[in-house]
Amino acid sequence: MSDVMTERQALADRPGGTSVPVSLKQARLPRWTPAALALASAAVGCGIGLAAGLDSRVQWGLIAALLFVVGTFVLSAAVEGARQAKDRLATGLVWIAFLLAVIPLASLLWETVARGSKVLDGYFLSHSMGTLPDALPGGGIYHAIIGTLEQVGLATLIAAPLGLFTAIYLVEYGRGRLAKAVTFFVDVMTGIPSIVAGLFVLSIWILILGFGPSGFAGAMALAILMVPVVVRSTEEMLKLVPNELREASLALGVPKWRTILKVVLPTSIGGITTGVMLAVARIAGETAPVMLLVWGAKTINTNPFQDAQQSLPLYVFQQWQQGSEASYDRAWAAALVLIAFVMILNLVARGIARWKAPRGGRS
Amino acid sequence: MAKRIDVSGLSAFYGNHKAIDDISMSVEPRSVTAFIGPSGCGKSTFLRTLNRMHEVTPGGRVEGKVLLDDEDLYGPGVDPVAVRRTVGMVFQRPNPFPTMSIFDNVAAGLRLNGTTKKSDLTDIVEKSLKGANLWNEVKDRLNKPGSGLSGGQQQRLCIARAIAVAPQVLLMDEPCSALDPISTLAVEDLIGELKERFTIVIVTHNMQQAARVSDRTAFFNLSAVGQPGTLVEIDDTERIFSNPSVQATEDYISGRFG
Ligand SMILES: Nc1ncnc2c1ncn2[C@@H]1O[C@H](COP(=O)(O)OP(=O)(O)O)[C@@H](O)[C@H]1O
Ligand SMILES: [Mg+2]
Repeated sequence: MSDVMTERQALADRPGGTSVPVSLKQARLPRWTPAALALASAAVGCGIGLAAGLDSRVQWGLIAALLFVVGTFVLSAAVEGARQAKDRLATGLVWIAFLLAVIPLASLLWETVARGSKVLDGYFLSHSMGTLPDALPGGGIYHAIIGTLEQVGLATLIAAPLGLFTAIYLVEYGRGRLAKAVTFFVDVMTGIPSIVAGLFVLSIWILILGFGPSGFAGAMALAILMVPVVVRSTEEMLKLVPNELREASLALGVPKWRTILKVVLPTSIGGITTGVMLAVARIAGETAPVMLLVWGAKTINTNPFQDAQQSLPLYVFQQWQQGSEASYDRAWAAALVLIAFVMILNLVARGIARWKAPRGGRS
Repeated sequence: MAKRIDVSGLSAFYGNHKAIDDISMSVEPRSVTAFIGPSGCGKSTFLRTLNRMHEVTPGGRVEGKVLLDDEDLYGPGVDPVAVRRTVGMVFQRPNPFPTMSIFDNVAAGLRLNGTTKKSDLTDIVEKSLKGANLWNEVKDRLNKPGSGLSGGQQQRLCIARAIAVAPQVLLMDEPCSALDPISTLAVEDLIGELKERFTIVIVTHNMQQAARVSDRTAFFNLSAVGQPGTLVEIDDTERIFSNPSVQATEDYISGRFG
């Protein structure tokens, strides 16, 4: 819409612009109309809400949105004609849908930052809970950070190669029955609830084999959740590699495994890394399997293969359960750290994807 | 080092679909043989049976014999990887490796043959790029990505990549169909030079190109859509274009069908 407008202005600004036939011109609302209308409907919406004594801000917002859509449509229909009015109606609805999607996200971030930053400081990041009673302020999440990093790291070490090789098999070698079966099981695994993955490892690792709780046990359950995500995303990335490149390499007399290693993987490595990072971000917030298999701890345990550990999501859960003012604050602060961790992973993934992307076309 | 190709009774399949039927022909060493014929008559398929690339396609299957000098490409114990090192290929659309520099593209095939010494590589890369008439255009930017070149340059890069592994035979599947006339001319000149050293087989839709570059021409046809393609005749290019022995060839060349 605005493209059309700038184009039109560009035409008018050009010296020869006056030669455009008059019949192509059309009455237009000024550029600032949507913004002005939005402001006005927001104001009127609040006014109506106040006057009618509605307490819910959501109702105010809905009234304002409705006013905006109807107002734009009517005004535009009067000035610009039916086609433009429909265009503006659609644009308005898209904007409102966008706002509806963004509001919860923004408010979640805002809430977490506002509440979490209260106790988040160097001390909080570098100390464990130790023997501190839960009702007292103080303590920290160092033990939980260590635990999350180790559990997620171990899970990635297990799941990334497994998922990568499975995807390579499916895309490059898989034909017939076995490939179909593998695809089927990957699909099934995608739907496994995290608590079930936790119970599965619990029943084998702890109940049958008799090991105690450990970060590694949790990592195995997290790996089960991670593998299908890695397989799926890697598969998509490998399928994006044009067949011509594989053929070009094979036609040079390069064996198939080397073609995959030297041509297919480098071409898709950006997307594959992004997929793995997103899978990591996805499991970093898992609580249920950690609760079943790692149990949580108040003190620092750097050995993921021995004894209980803490993790960030479990820490949030446990602190919230304590129900004291101080533990609420700690829960929010830990949640903020978890969000930051996931966001950093996302940013790194995007960075890698951009950095590794093959230069398409002419550079 | 160029080799002679003798094909006898060759049929190729995609699953149950027979794409070419019972083809027999000989290709002389150090010559250019052009394949012409309507789309879908199996020229690409036949070309790909000559370096065992056909079987890379899922369901691809071949019957018959292809002798390279005296060795059957489809004989027992023959390694397709070794075949492809001996019989190189250039594709219709230029397809340099997007993650590699110009230098690495040309060196790609060599690196796996065990040539990893930088000085050897540099030598061969330079020779191959010169052989592909590309050296002067890229010598200052060997470390830039190959995808940054123009279409014609990319195709010559692919030719350089193919000749770098020193094959005996070079197969080209419509190498100029994605190129402008000037780049086409550059590639055609190059083919004229390369035939001193290689046996060249080229598929083309361009009659003038076949007439310009080839010594011998093979005409393929298919009786109906869905039927397998067959070899109609192969003869000296001059004869095919002036006085072919089969009426269908004359019709095709003079544009009466196809
Ligand atoms: N990958 C493929 N799978 C199945 N059939 C194919 C495939 N490639 C080509 N064919 C079929 O083989 C026949 C010959 O095709 P092709 O060799 O590409 O002809 P040309 O190169 O002469 O145009 C056609 O009927 C085509 O449909
Ligand atoms: Mg073809």
